[in-house]
Parts: sequence; C-alpha cells; structure tokens
Amino acid sequence: MSIASDEFGGFPPPERSRKTAASEKSYGVGDRIFKGLTGAMAALVLIVLGGAAVAMLWGGLLAFKTFGFRFLWSSRWDAVGHQFGAFVPIYGTLVTSAIAIVMAVPVSFGIAIFLTELAPKWLRGPVGTAIELLAAVPSIIYGMWGLFVFVPFVATYLEPWMNDHVGTLPIIGPLFSGPPIGIGMLTAGTILAIMILPFITAVMRDVFGAVPAELKESAVALGSTTWEVISHVSLPYTRSAVVGAIFLGLGRALGETMAVTFVLGNAHDFSMSLFMPGNSIAAAIANEFTEADSPLYVSSLIALGFLLFVVTFIVLALAKLMLLSLGRMEGAKA
Amino acid sequence: MVKTFLAAAAALAVAWSGAAGAEQITGAGSTFVYPVLSKWSADYGVKFGDKVNYQSIGSGGGISQIKAGTVDFGATDKPLSPAELAASGLAQFPVVIGAISPVVNIVGVRPGQLKFSGPLLADIYLGKVKNWNDPAIRALNPGMPLPNAAITVIHRSDGSGTTYNWAYYLGQVSPVWKARVGAGTSVQWPVGVGGKGNEGVAAFVGQIPNSIGYLEYAYVIQNHMKYGLVRNSAGRFIGPTVAGFQAAAATADWAHAKDFFLVMTNAPSAAAYPITATTFVLMYKQPRNAARSAAALKFFKWSFEHGQADAAALNYVSLPPVLVKQIARYWATQIK
Repeated sequence: MSIASDEFGGFPPPERSRKTAASEKSYGVGDRIFKGLTGAMAALVLIVLGGAAVAMLWGGLLAFKTFGFRFLWSSRWDAVGHQFGAFVPIYGTLVTSAIAIVMAVPVSFGIAIFLTELAPKWLRGPVGTAIELLAAVPSIIYGMWGLFVFVPFVATYLEPWMNDHVGTLPIIGPLFSGPPIGIGMLTAGTILAIMILPFITAVMRDVFGAVPAELKESAVALGSTTWEVISHVSLPYTRSAVVGAIFLGLGRALGETMAVTFVLGNAHDFSMSLFMPGNSIAAAIANEFTEADSPLYVSSLIALGFLLFVVTFIVLALAKLMLLSLGRMEGAKA
Repeated sequence: MVKTFLAAAAALAVAWSGAAGAEQITGAGSTFVYPVLSKWSADYGVKFGDKVNYQSIGSGGGISQIKAGTVDFGATDKPLSPAELAASGLAQFPVVIGAISPVVNIVGVRPGQLKFSGPLLADIYLGKVKNWNDPAIRALNPGMPLPNAAITVIHRSDGSGTTYNWAYYLGQVSPVWKARVGAGTSVQWPVGVGGKGNEGVAAFVGQIPNSIGYLEYAYVIQNHMKYGLVRNSAGRFIGPTVAGFQAAAATADWAHAKDFFLVMTNAPSAAAYPITATTFVLMYKQPRNAARSAAALKFFKWSFEHGQADAAALNYVSLPPVLVKQIARYWATQIK
C-alpha cells in the first residue's frame, strides 16, 4: 500500500499507537516481564502488610467481641478471672515513646548540626562512625546495660534529686515524683531515646549535608549567622526528610521489646508518675504469649498486637498530614 | 570435583544415619525442668542411644503441643485436672521436685535469717504490708536490722508454673489472696514490678534495694540470694533444704490424688518445706507412636532410678522412692 505525498512533497508521520504516554512506548517481552516482576514485588509488600493486619484482627476478634470498646480503656489484666484490658500497655507504649522522642530529637538535631556545620573535618568521620555503631548494638544489650548500670544510677541519684526539685513543681510535679526504684517509664523512655538516636541522627546528617552549598553561601553572603543559615535555609529545605527521620525513630521506639521489658517493670498498673513501672504492648506480648493458657488470653494478646498496628498507623498518618500541611504553608508563602 | 562432593555427601549421610534404630523422643513444655531434662537426656543418649529432644517453650506451650500430638511428652508445672486429662486421653505423672523461696535484698540480712509466715507473704504481695519495719514482720523477726523502707515487691512478668505454685500457696494460707487474686500461671498482681523469668526476678531483686521476690531453689543457690525461712503448717520455720523438700514430697497426699492431680504446697509434715512444687509430664494413654512412647517411659524410668546425682548437681530434688513406685504402678495400668 503506497502512501501518497501531500502537496508539499512530505510524507505523513508513521502510524503511531493512540496511547502516546511515555510509559507506553513499544515494549519487548523482557521489559514486560521485568515490569510485571517489579510490580509483583511491590504488590507483595502490600499483600503481606494487609495480610498481617487481617491475621491479627482475626486472632484478636474473640477479645474484641468479648470486651468491646471496654478493651481499650480497661486497665484490668486478670488471667485468672479472664478479664483483659489494653489501657496500661497502650499508655506505656505511648508514654515511653513520647519520652524517647522528646529526649532524642534535640540531641540528634544537635549532633547532626555539629557534624555538618561546626565540627572540624578530622572529627566528622570518627564521631559519625561512633553514632552509627550505636545503631549496631543489639537491643538486648541496651536492656542489660540499662538494668545493671543505668537503673542503680537513676535510683540512687537521679530520681531522689527529681523528687526533691521537680516533684514539687505545680503541674508537672506528680509526673516526676514517686518511689525511687529506678525501674519505670522514665528509665525505659531514656533507654529508648539512646536507642533511636543513631537512626534519627544518621538521616538528619545526610540531609543536612545534601543542602546545596549555593543556598547556604547566598544566605551567608547576605549576612546570616550560622544559626540563621541552619534555621532559615537548611531546615526548611530538608523539612520532610527530618520529619521522616523523627517518625522512623518513633516507629522503632513503639515496637521495641527487649530493652523495654528489662527496665519498664512489666506491671499492669496505671500510674501518673513516670517513676512507676508500667507495661508496653510489645513487652506484654513477649512476656506472656508462650504461657497464655486460654483462648481469650491468647486472643487478647493478639488484639494488643493489632492495636500496636493501629497506633503505628495513626502515628504515620499524623506524620503525613503534618508534612502535607507544612508543604501547603510553603506553597501559600511562595 | 564432583566425585569429592559425592563422597563427602555419602559420608555425611552415613554419619547421620549412624544412629538408625535409636529413637528420637520429642518433648516440650516447662522451662523449670529444662536443665535437668537436658542433662538426663545427654547421659541417657550416651548410654542407650535414644535421644530426647526437649523444647522449653513454657508450660502452656507444652500442654498445647501434647494435645496437638506434635510431641511425645509435654511438661507442665501446673497439673491438669483428671477431667481435662480424660477429655484429651492423657496421663500425667510428676518427674522432679523443686521449691520456691522468698528472697530479699536488705542490707545486714544474711541468707536464711529472715523469717516469714504464709499469711505475711500474702499480705506483702497484696500490698497490705508496705514497709520493712511493719509490726507483722518485726513480730516474726525480733532483733533483726529491718530498715524503715518501703518494700518493693518483685513478681514474674511472664506466665510461669513457679507463679502458679506461689500463688496457689498464698491462696491456701490467705483467704483474701484466694478471693482477690487466685492462682494461675499469670495473675493480676496487686502491687509490684515484673521480671521476665526466674533470671529476671533474680536480677531485679539483686538490683533494687529493700525488695522481695520469689525464685526457684536452683536460682537461689546459683545466684547466692538472701533467702528467707517460711513457717510450715506445723508451725516450724523451714529453709529450702533437700530434706525439707523430700519431707514435703513424702507426706503430700499422692495416694489419693487421681492422676497425681495435686499441688504439693503446704504439705502437712513437721519437717516439710511449705512451698514445694513438682513438674508433671503429660503423655498419651494410647499413643500414636507406641515405640517412641515406650522409649520415653524407659527414659523416665532410668531418670528416676539413676538420675539422682545429675538432679542434685543441678539443685533439683529427685522423687522419693514411694512416689516412684506409685508412678510405676500408674504406668502399668494407664499407659499402653
């Protein structure tokens, strides 16, 4: 079939498929297989995540049906009387993670700033490596160090001091007063802070280092101090990565089991004071799962696991929302 | 190259099957018996060739595995009732005796000095007695350097047969405990801090001053803990000694316990240590694999007759001969 030329002597362009999006150029078989394979791997992650959530929900169904919403705010955990309530583990998980974040984020921030802006070049390598080594320490070592070294220190010096000086302050006083046994939510939160420090620091250090030099140099040329460069140039530029780093650390703190079970006290009692022992979801499951001798007990523990899933999901959703609103604020300013 | 590989593979196969004809007995359950069971199985394997593979996953796990039929025997610190045994077709018998001691961490108190009574221990664990210089403690311990300090109660955070026997004993001596808390492998502790495993309780008691906890006898000895004496039902203060445990085992009413369903605490003898406990083995009355079941019974028979030295070396107490005879009669009638 011959193609006629038009009045100018040119030929019409060759027939192309109607779908001209970049992803739909002509694919060979190998490309299609590769695309399918990688898509399958991505789908596998989603399927595993969804499957785990559904499995935990299924296992916890008996507990949810027996107790209903009361499961979420009952603090009674009685294996003999078959009454279970998740309030104390949920509270312990959230409080210890909150303490960890409050302690770790400023320190990580300081370390990252020091390593990228302030430290002499010969110091950056060793300190950075030391921080990364902290991440390689197994969590049970943190637990043992916490129990044998940190707890006596807290019980002998820190908690009595806080009892006298912070426990008497008006609003936050009750949080920081109590019997100085050393084992409790404050100690657990501190150990968690040390554990999540390297993760947050590593990400912050990488992104602060990736801020383009031109941006920082322009700010300095306009007369900014080092702190103003950091707060007005580096931080806004790396905002989403910094928030991501914080939530990475928070995720680790929420799920940490062994270090927490050594120093948290594993007591199913609710108390306002941070000096008192509490319980966390991961520690409760790790401690009690093997000996859970009734179906309701097992179901309650699996339901606790599902609730941890939910808590992590909510935290992640909050992170995304915060990033979105910050991004929108940026958009409005620009 | 290929020939070397094939030769090596063949040699490995021969080595692995070298024990062909020897039985591989599997068991699972209580962590309390794990040290002594593994020592017994090592010695038994050397002598007779049969290997015993025991997984210490906890009493609850042991019960569910034997009910599922995945192991040849299960081990539990908490005995099953005859009704439950009959429903599952299981037989139950004790294998080794242990004891639970209260341990303290008080400056100036040496091991075996502090005296407790059952009701006092219950009141401490209920949170009613909160201070070491409470009149109730001073009444039993005149002249002891008891400090004016709050008692930190340590209990188990994980489910455990040790907890079951401790809580059962407290329920026997204190009606308030029985009504309020009850007995179970995991109970709702009114006060206190939970340590994971006997090791966790030992670590906490060692670290926290003015604390009290409860431990298996083996852990008390190995960690040099400051144990206390407990007043038994005859009114005498007995410490955790082998003689006390065997007196308790001998006088506990085994003869009338169907399927040995008896918690040995608060035994009546004057020389008995009151918080003595035993671990039970569960096996099928009509096992699926008769050869392995028979091999397991042979193993336990050997352990009762020849395993006393091993058990004593690990701070366990072997069953008294009268109880061993009763168990042999039980096997003859119950387990095919």
